[in-house]
Amino acid sequence: MIYLTRKCEFSASHHYYNPALSAEENRRVFGKCSNLNGHGHNYTLEVTVKGDVDPQTGFVMDLKALKEILNREVVEVFDHRHLNKEIPEFANLIPTTENVAISIWNRLKDHLGAAKLHRVRVYESDDLFVDCYGEAA
Amino acid sequence: MKAHLTRRYKFAAAHRLHCTELSDAQNRETYGKCNNPHGHGHNYVLEVTVAGPVDAATGMVCNLADLDGCVRREILDTFDHENLNSRQEFEKIVPTTENLAIVAFQILHRALNHAHLERVRIEETSMNSFEYAGGEEVLA
Repeated sequence: MIYLTRKCEFSASHHYYNPALSAEENRRVFGKCSNLNGHGHNYTLEVTVKGDVDPQTGFVMDLKALKEILNREVVEVFDHRHLNKEIPEFANLIPTTENVAISIWNRLKDHLGAAKLHRVRVYESDDLFVDCYGEAA
Repeated sequence: MKAHLTRRYKFAAAHRLHCTELSDAQNRETYGKCNNPHGHGHNYVLEVTVAGPVDAATGMVCNLADLDGCVRREILDTFDHENLNSRQEFEKIVPTTENLAIVAFQILHRALNHAHLERVRIEETSMNSFEYAGGEEVLA
């Protein structure tokens, strides 16, 4: 089994606000992230796939194909968008980095052909990242 | 679905690697320049990973403000700009970064009530790092 990781970047805005909570509670739980005008990040996405090395090609997965899938399923969808307002799953789900990682996992898992999705890692900044392995909670 | 959240922190500290059970010559042979009598220092990077289900109301595994407050109080305020050898945690063990990772894990495991601590990783320099995720080891 070999693990292959490809990295890409996208920039997006978001805010954290739960309408079931009062404005004061939102401020307490989410701090400045609750500002309704939103804020943004340069996200870095690392996607790791796993599989056996094909004896003919020497590949776990064609890197060019993986790049195209990441671009089509994630970057072109999220880049320069407001996550709350423009990405359907975040209409009623707070786009924390945890939920962004889960969203990307769900968007990618059925598009990788013979390779299997192993890990989605989303960096919101250099000092904060979230890993999703598709595990049940 | 489960998520694993990692946050990076920085602190600077001095240490000297020296085992009292070894002779001076053996210490020198074992630890090299890390055994220099007056010690030396590093800018450590601490990565703390917590894991668990994503809370349906907040979208979070752990509130970052709670995590930051705990790590600051328990680790950064304790070790930043200190000499590790002079700390009681290292009275009986050599402050290698292996042991520092184990100490940090044990402190945070006791103190962190907000989420499940999964792993501690410490970079001593950009060229080496040490991870500890709990185990049977018991420190003196």
